[in-house]
Amino acid sequence: MNQFPQFASRVAPLLVNDIDTDQIIPARFLKVTDKTGLGGYLFADWRYQADGSPKAEFVLNQPQHRGAAILLAGNNFGCGSSREHAPWALVGYGFRAVISTSFADIFRNNALKNALLPIVVDTSVHRTLSEIVLNEPSAELSVDLESQTVRMPDGRSVSFPIDAFTKSCLLNGTDELGYLLRFEKQIEAYEQKRFGLEA
Amino acid sequence: MTKPLTLFEKVWNAHVVAQEPEQPAILYVDLHLLHEVTSPQAFAGLRTRNLKVRRRENSFATIDHSIPTISPNGSNGDQLAAKQMAQLEDNCRDFGIRLYGVNSPQRGIVHVIGPELGLTQPGMTIVCGDSHTSTHGAFGALAFGIGTSEVEHVLATQCLLQRKPKTFEVRVEGTLQAGVTAKDIILALLSKIGIGGGTGHVFEYTGSAIRSLSMEERMTICNMSIEGGARAGMIAPDETTFQYIAGKEFAPKGASWVVNLKRWRSLPTDVGAAYDTSVTIDANVLIPMITYGTNPGMGIPVTQPVPDPARVADPSERSALEKSLRYMELKPGEKLTGKRIDVVFIGSCTNSRISDLRQAATIFDGRKVAPTVRTLVVPGSQAVKRQAEAEGLDRIFKQAGAEWRESGCSMCIAMNGDQLEPGQYAVSTSNRNFEGRQGKGGRTFLASPLTAAAAAVTGTITDVRTLLNDWQDYRQ
Repeated sequence: MNQFPQFASRVAPLLVNDIDTDQIIPARFLKVTDKTGLGGYLFADWRYQADGSPKAEFVLNQPQHRGAAILLAGNNFGCGSSREHAPWALVGYGFRAVISTSFADIFRNNALKNALLPIVVDTSVHRTLSEIVLNEPSAELSVDLESQTVRMPDGRSVSFPIDAFTKSCLLNGTDELGYLLRFEKQIEAYEQKRFGLEA
Repeated sequence: MTKPLTLFEKVWNAHVVAQEPEQPAILYVDLHLLHEVTSPQAFAGLRTRNLKVRRRENSFATIDHSIPTISPNGSNGDQLAAKQMAQLEDNCRDFGIRLYGVNSPQRGIVHVIGPELGLTQPGMTIVCGDSHTSTHGAFGALAFGIGTSEVEHVLATQCLLQRKPKTFEVRVEGTLQAGVTAKDIILALLSKIGIGGGTGHVFEYTGSAIRSLSMEERMTICNMSIEGGARAGMIAPDETTFQYIAGKEFAPKGASWVVNLKRWRSLPTDVGAAYDTSVTIDANVLIPMITYGTNPGMGIPVTQPVPDPARVADPSERSALEKSLRYMELKPGEKLTGKRIDVVFIGSCTNSRISDLRQAATIFDGRKVAPTVRTLVVPGSQAVKRQAEAEGLDRIFKQAGAEWRESGCSMCIAMNGDQLEPGQYAVSTSNRNFEGRQGKGGRTFLASPLTAAAAAVTGTITDVRTLLNDWQDYRQ
């Protein structure tokens, strides 16, 4: 996994609560055997008309939000299914962080394995960020994982929580499977104890 | 004296391989279930790293999500789905994993066949690349959905990196009235706590109403734990559990049964153990539930009017409700009973087991599906299908005018050709009413098999209690 450097970007505001993974990528696009190439299906049913043309009013189709690498979403983002296709589609589109007041557990785990940063802020910070982006669509937020801060255009910054292990994995590009494989001996010892007792 | 522990804590503690300070636990996985949709990239990862499956005997695969249910050979001309199914066959062959494939008489929805085969047992850790893995918690297992990266982790190491979730007791006391089912209990819970109410927690369902449920009813409840945001939901194993498991293909036998039974009996939550959160539901006063909105937390008793956004104080919740009602084309204050519907779907890992089909059949028996309604009855597994046919349930469904299908996820996730047309209304026994979940532009009312069957025969959303004559029949 790549390291997660500091970056600044425009923000796409999708201020809807409980955005489920069926909206992030509808199930009919899950008949794939690769992780890549799913960005075009991101939010497909909100983003395109029945004939496949873009819906002008949808945030990702608005020129002022094109190229945004930060998604600002409503509460409980990513609820629903365990499909990792959801973060694959978000990353495939170009998102590197999602800001919300909370994330569904499985989505959060899946996002972190794909260097997509779920940033949790409280309701008042969320409101402030929403106001900034809605008032000035070209406003950029700067995300710094090292200091766990989001900096606003006027220089104010807010911090966000992340546990030390996850943070270090993202900053160092640590691969979780590689980390797990280092526990080979402990796993073996555990199995011997368990299956010896149960036999 | 040792600290009293919850069921969850006992299962968790027994599976921690290593726990370094400030790090997530290395949690051992006893049973790994796989299906065609969330596994291809995991196997590809193993190939890239030149890794083997650590314990092949702990992994079982089946084909359920994209398999057509219209024909027994699993083909409907969908090349992408066919490729994905073929890839699972190749992967299982190459990595030595047992597959209940297209032609297996034991195939079915992964969360139906696990318990059916006796793979699901108390005290286990069970994972699958599917959020409804919570179903298996009905047996007192810690069972939860994982993403594809984690599927790869489990294949390679039989372990996962996990942070310990909090515990949440859902106490359901009392006795269900006629026409009220396990599905109504879980829809009532979700309407009470909302779809994010259990985030970061594992539910444990307790109380007299839960204890009196069959295993299949318990599975319906645990299945939808994830719709409350809880990755897992558990029920302490008891005699009902042990009787269900005994004699199943993979159940322990002989001396091993005795040893395991003793261990299983030690799993229930100790007296005095504390939960981080709790909620109580009175089963006595529940009536059949139905959802009106676009998430499973948007449910009401079927006799109640659709909620009015004007009465919701929180602006973001208000706009969420407005958005839902726009999508559903429902008016605030509108009564749902009497509303015309187009499709009824009876199936899914929530409600496709034999007792679900028996319940539905009590309503279809001697009645006809309304001429404007298309009704699909999709058994959860080929074994459920055979059992239903042995009991003559298929004839009841077909004589009523419903379609009787092969097993699979079918219209719950609409990946296999079974789907709603844009604008159609469905009453569905599945678990998700998200926008487009059952087909692009389709609109879903979630309900029990009884309520769904009632809608099929009347053509409208109906309080099933008005149709109950021989209610006692099905409880046998």
